[in-house]
Amino acid sequence: MREFPDSNGFFCNVGPDGESRSRYGGRYVAETLMPLIGEIEAAYDAARDDPEFNAELAALQRDYVGRATPLYFAERLTEHFGGARLYLKREDLNHTGAHKINNALGQALLARRMGRNRLIAETGAGMHGVAVATVAARLGMRCTVYMGATDIERQQPNVQRMRLLGAEVIAVTSGTATLKDAMNEALRAWVAGVDDTFYVIGTVAGPAPYPRMVRDFQSTIGREAREQILAQTGRLPTALIACVGGGSNAMGLFHPFLADAVEMIGVEAGGEGLDSGRHAASLNGGSPGILHGNRTYLLQDDDGQILDAHSISAGLDYPGIGPEHAWLHDSGRARYVTAKDDEALAAVALCCRLEGILPALESAHALAEAGRQAASRPPTQSLIVCLSGRGDKDMKTIIDHLVSEENRA
Amino acid sequence: MIPTVSDTEIQTDSRLARCFERCRAQQRGALVTYVMAGDPDLDTSRALLEQLPAAGADIIELGMPFSDPMADGVAIQRAGQRALKGGQTLARTLDLVRDFRRQDDRTPLVLMGYLNPLVRYGERRFLEAAAEAGIDGLILVDLPYEHGATLTAQARDLGLARIPLVAPTTPGERLPALLAQGDGFVYRIAFNGVTGSRALDLDHADALERQVIALRRHRALPVAIGFGVRDAGSASGAARIADAVVVGSALVERLADEGVDAALALTRELAKAVREARS
Repeated sequence: MREFPDSNGFFCNVGPDGESRSRYGGRYVAETLMPLIGEIEAAYDAARDDPEFNAELAALQRDYVGRATPLYFAERLTEHFGGARLYLKREDLNHTGAHKINNALGQALLARRMGRNRLIAETGAGMHGVAVATVAARLGMRCTVYMGATDIERQQPNVQRMRLLGAEVIAVTSGTATLKDAMNEALRAWVAGVDDTFYVIGTVAGPAPYPRMVRDFQSTIGREAREQILAQTGRLPTALIACVGGGSNAMGLFHPFLADAVEMIGVEAGGEGLDSGRHAASLNGGSPGILHGNRTYLLQDDDGQILDAHSISAGLDYPGIGPEHAWLHDSGRARYVTAKDDEALAAVALCCRLEGILPALESAHALAEAGRQAASRPPTQSLIVCLSGRGDKDMKTIIDHLVSEENRA
Repeated sequence: MIPTVSDTEIQTDSRLARCFERCRAQQRGALVTYVMAGDPDLDTSRALLEQLPAAGADIIELGMPFSDPMADGVAIQRAGQRALKGGQTLARTLDLVRDFRRQDDRTPLVLMGYLNPLVRYGERRFLEAAAEAGIDGLILVDLPYEHGATLTAQARDLGLARIPLVAPTTPGERLPALLAQGDGFVYRIAFNGVTGSRALDLDHADALERQVIALRRHRALPVAIGFGVRDAGSASGAARIADAVVVGSALVERLADEGVDAALALTRELAKAVREARS
């Protein structure tokens, strides 16, 4: 099998004639950034092969982040659905409460190695922002986080937390004032700060080498899960299930299993339903285009203008998706389905009651699909679900919705 | 030896080439004015466009509005949002070009913007429509030369210049390949940042001038300086160094704040500064 991305940062589906059928990724950025992106790629490739870099990353992952995270057999959820066995990869138990720190730590160490002491980041739900602010504090670096004004409103605890950690949080009011606009603003700040700034992109998107680099830093999820399931059951799982916005937790879980006979299911945010037009399902409801430095599936209109995404979870509220997912989707290697806002909310409640675990609204999309999959499969099968983050940050949204539901009843 | 494109590939008989030839004969720089297509609405945009050449614009850059202009500052972001709100599309931008061409067959018109609307329209189909409508060149902010070979070849076939952007960060080793895909003129970005975010730093004009001279050594194309040209002083400073001066955000702001006549007044002021810069 050919290794992707290729040297131009493309993930290609090649036909039997050797011709490329579709390709995703690339480096579609302004000329000002092109030389720096090349430097980052070279520095990353050198760091990857450097035992010292890897030893420092591994030590911090163990002692600071708290890895390895458990692979937990969810006995009562399994019993509830009465089918396949459900295993939860507990990324919610990481320091800062989500998988985001795996990548933030890796990129911050790379930035320091490159002599860049100012980190910038975009954030939606705030989990990536908190992770970057945290590692910036730990490594003694300056940090600015760009966050949509709409998201600042719905994720207040994370905003306060980033400020407490010493980061500057900048409210982005342009466009729809959500994650995509935060990313636009971070890219603008990067162009202006190209001399000293490192942009820590939080998902498997953006110009090459980011999709590959973020995937590699997140692949620790899948590597651990693979070892853990083999140790616990003696076999590989039947399927992997993870939510996808940009898709970093899913890519991290999927990638180490790509060569295995294991199904992969990505769950997009269905919002109020695909037919409503209010969703964030780029693969199920979008088409290929170019945004934020890469070619991928996007929510867009007939004129190529990017459309607003909608999801109850701020972390999935993005009109694009990482290019490697677009590639896996087209090739059929992974399957992408949707879970709606209300299904995610129901999954939060169920997981709380049966397992005593409060999942993030993002992760709850994966749990909603996991329930459907488990119920339709025999107990001889096992499913690994990425519980990508914890739901403390979502308490206000969850309570508001559950209360309004009770009022309706 | 620096690889360059042979002279036969360079488009000599084009509106852009003739425009730079006229300016050279008059021993002056060219004024390039950027306006956003459809800002704030189609009629205003058409009226401004038609009057720009008489006010002293030698070349017109027409912005193609995009929902996510990641290399633009606030002024051009807002202009794009106003245009989109008014229903501007790529097809309507080409209509605007056709209208303009009916009364002006001389002023070069260059489209500037982002790749996605073109991809959606169909790149080949778009280039054909643009050439047919009377467009002379294209500036695509998010298409680095690494991904641009196919589009450049198609554009050349149709007589469209793909105007390359060169940044302060662009190292010498990128220039041969970058400029080999270029036609028309080279757009030298004056500083690291988004459009309109700073004023041109005339204290360091010597360094910029050396870089412009280095650019011309790589490829015999006119060089335009853009980003940060806000007034007569900066226009004059840039015109002493380069073959052309681009004004964008300042003009777009003037239009938004004070209307078409004020935008034309600024154009006249800048045209005067550019014309007198070398005398």
